[in-house]
Amino acid sequence: MVRYALRRLAVTLPILGLISLGAFWAADQITTPTALIAVNPRISAADRAAYVEALGLDLPFWTRYFHWFGNFVTGDLGTSLVQNGAGVWPLVRTALVNTLVLVAVAVTLSLAVGIAVGTLGAARRGSLLDYAATTTSFFGLSIPVFWLGLMLQLFFGIYLAQWLGVTPPLLPTAGLYSPGQQGFDLIDRTRHLALPTIALSLQLVAVYSRYMRAGLLDALGAEYVRTAYAKGLSERMVVIRHGVRNALIPVTTQAALDIGLLIGGLIVTEQVFQYPGMGLLFLDALHAGDYAVLLPAVMIVAAAVFALNFVADLLYGVLDPRIRRDAH
Amino acid sequence: MLTDSARAHGPLAQACQRFVRHRLSVAALVALVLVALVVAGADLIAPYPANEQHLDDLLAGPSSEYLLGTDTLGRDTLSRVLHGGRISLLVGLSVAMLASVMGTLVGLVAGYRGGFVDAALMRVTDTLLALPSLMVVILLARILGGSVFDVVLVLSLLAWMPLARIIRAKVLALREHDFIAAAKAMGSGTPRILFRHLLPNLVGEITVAVSLAVAAAILAESVLSFLGLGVSPVHGATWGNMLGGNEGLMTVAPWLVWAPGLAIVITVLSANYVGDGLRDAFDVKADLRDHRAA
Repeated sequence: MVRYALRRLAVTLPILGLISLGAFWAADQITTPTALIAVNPRISAADRAAYVEALGLDLPFWTRYFHWFGNFVTGDLGTSLVQNGAGVWPLVRTALVNTLVLVAVAVTLSLAVGIAVGTLGAARRGSLLDYAATTTSFFGLSIPVFWLGLMLQLFFGIYLAQWLGVTPPLLPTAGLYSPGQQGFDLIDRTRHLALPTIALSLQLVAVYSRYMRAGLLDALGAEYVRTAYAKGLSERMVVIRHGVRNALIPVTTQAALDIGLLIGGLIVTEQVFQYPGMGLLFLDALHAGDYAVLLPAVMIVAAAVFALNFVADLLYGVLDPRIRRDAH
Repeated sequence: MLTDSARAHGPLAQACQRFVRHRLSVAALVALVLVALVVAGADLIAPYPANEQHLDDLLAGPSSEYLLGTDTLGRDTLSRVLHGGRISLLVGLSVAMLASVMGTLVGLVAGYRGGFVDAALMRVTDTLLALPSLMVVILLARILGGSVFDVVLVLSLLAWMPLARIIRAKVLALREHDFIAAAKAMGSGTPRILFRHLLPNLVGEITVAVSLAVAAAILAESVLSFLGLGVSPVHGATWGNMLGGNEGLMTVAPWLVWAPGLAIVITVLSANYVGDGLRDAFDVKADLRDHRAA
C-alpha cells in the first residue's frame, strides 16, 4: 500500500510540474500585469520601468518561471497584483473552504438521493417509479447547469414570491450572506447554499442513480445472489446485503472522483450564484489579469484532482478486495 | 454456408432493427432531424434576418409580430434562435467528429502497437483525463480566441480521451483473434489491419461516442459562451452566447433566457436519447458518457 502510494506520487509530481509550466505559459500569454498602469497618465515612464523591474517582468520566461515556481513550492504565494497587495494565500484559503462546503453538501445529498433512487429503480425494474427516475435523470444530464441555475433564480427569486404574494424572494439567489450580515450565521448561510446545491445536485443525482441502478442490476444477476436466494434469504436481505453493497463500489469511487473534479469544475455554478469559491476566484483573476492569484488557483485545483483520483483508486481496493493494489 | 436470410441481416441491419424498437430513441432521432432541418432552413423559416434591428421594439415581449420577443437591440429572438442553432449544431457536430477521429486513432494505434507507444499514448490520455478540464478549456479559449474554428479546436482537444481508452481496450482483445493472425499471414500491413480489419469491429463504440459527444459539445459550447469565452457574438449568434449576453435581463425579459435555453435542452436531450438507443442497438457496454462539466 505504501509502496503503491509512493509510486503514484513519483508519477504525479512530474505531471504537476508540467502543469505548472503549462499554466505559467498560459498566464504569460493571457495576462498583461502592466495594462492598468500603462494607461494611467499620472504614472511616469520612469515609474513604470521601476515597477516592471521590481516585479522582474523584463526577465526571460524561464527565469520568471523558476522564480515563481521556487516561491510557490516553498509556500510563498506572494501578493495579488490587483487587490492592493492582499496576500494570495488568504484569498485562496477562503475560496477553497467555500467551495469545499458546497461540494461536500451537494455530493452527500446527491449520493443519498441517487443511491435511494437507483436502488428502488433496479429493485422495481420497469415500474412507473423506475421509468420516472430514468427520464428525470436524462433531463438532469441534458440541462446546462447554468441555465438550470438561472431558472431556479427566476423561480425562487421572483415567480414563487409573486404567486404567493410575499415581498422578499423565498430563497436568496446570490452570495454567501444577506447584505449587512456580519460574521457567521448558520441559517442565513444555509439559505444561501440552497439554490447552488439544487442546481449542482440534479446532474449528480442523475449520474449516481444511473450508476447505482446499473450496478445493482448487474449484481442481482450474479451467481452469489442466486446462492443467497437459494439459502432462503428474503428478497429485502438479498438486495441490501448482497446487491446494494456491491453496487455501491462504482458509485462511491465516482463520487470521490467528482469531488476532485468539482473543486475546479464549479466555475459555472459559482458564476451564476456569485458564490465566492475557487471557480469564481479563478474567473475573476482571469478577467483581471491577476496571474499571482490565477496560478495558485489552477495548481491547487490540479493537485486536488490528482489527490482525489488517488483516493478513488484506494477506495476501490478497500471496497472490493478482488482488486487490491498489492498485486502491482 | 450462410443462408440468404442470415446474409440479409448483417450486424448493421440488426442494429438498425434493434434501434427502431426503441420508441423513445426513434422519437428523439426524429426531433433531432427536425431541429437540424429547421435550423438549416433558417433563411426561409425565420421571420427576420438574425441581426436585423427593430429600434421601435426594444425588449418587446412575445407578440404576433415577434413570437419570442426581442432583445435590447430590437432583434427578433425567434430568428436568432433559428440562425444561432446553425453555429451551435456545427460546433457540436464538428467537435464530435474531430474528437471521435482522434480518440479512434489513438486507441487503435495504442492498442495494436502496444509496448512503448501504448504506454506513452495512455500516459498522455490519462493525464488529460485527470486535468480540471473546464479550467483548461477556459485558459485555452482565452489564448486562442472566439472564432468558430478556435472553439471547435479547444473543445475537441479535450474530448477525445474517453473514446481512446475504450477503443484501446477493445483492440487489445480483438488483436488476439484468429482473423488478425490470418490477415497478417496473408501479408496485410499495419494500416490495412487497423482500418480494414479492426475498425469495422469498432463501429458500435464509435457511433455511440459520436452521438453522445454531439450532446456534450453543444453543452460545452453553451457553457463557454455563457462565460463570454465561446463563439464571440461578432461571429454570429449561438444558443450559448444568446444566454450569456442576456443573463442580466432575465427578470425584465425572461424570454431571452427561456428561448435559447429550451433549444439547447431539446437538442441535447434528443442527442442523449439517440445515443442511449444506439448503445442498446450496438450492445456497447462501456460508459462513453463524459459528465465532467458542472
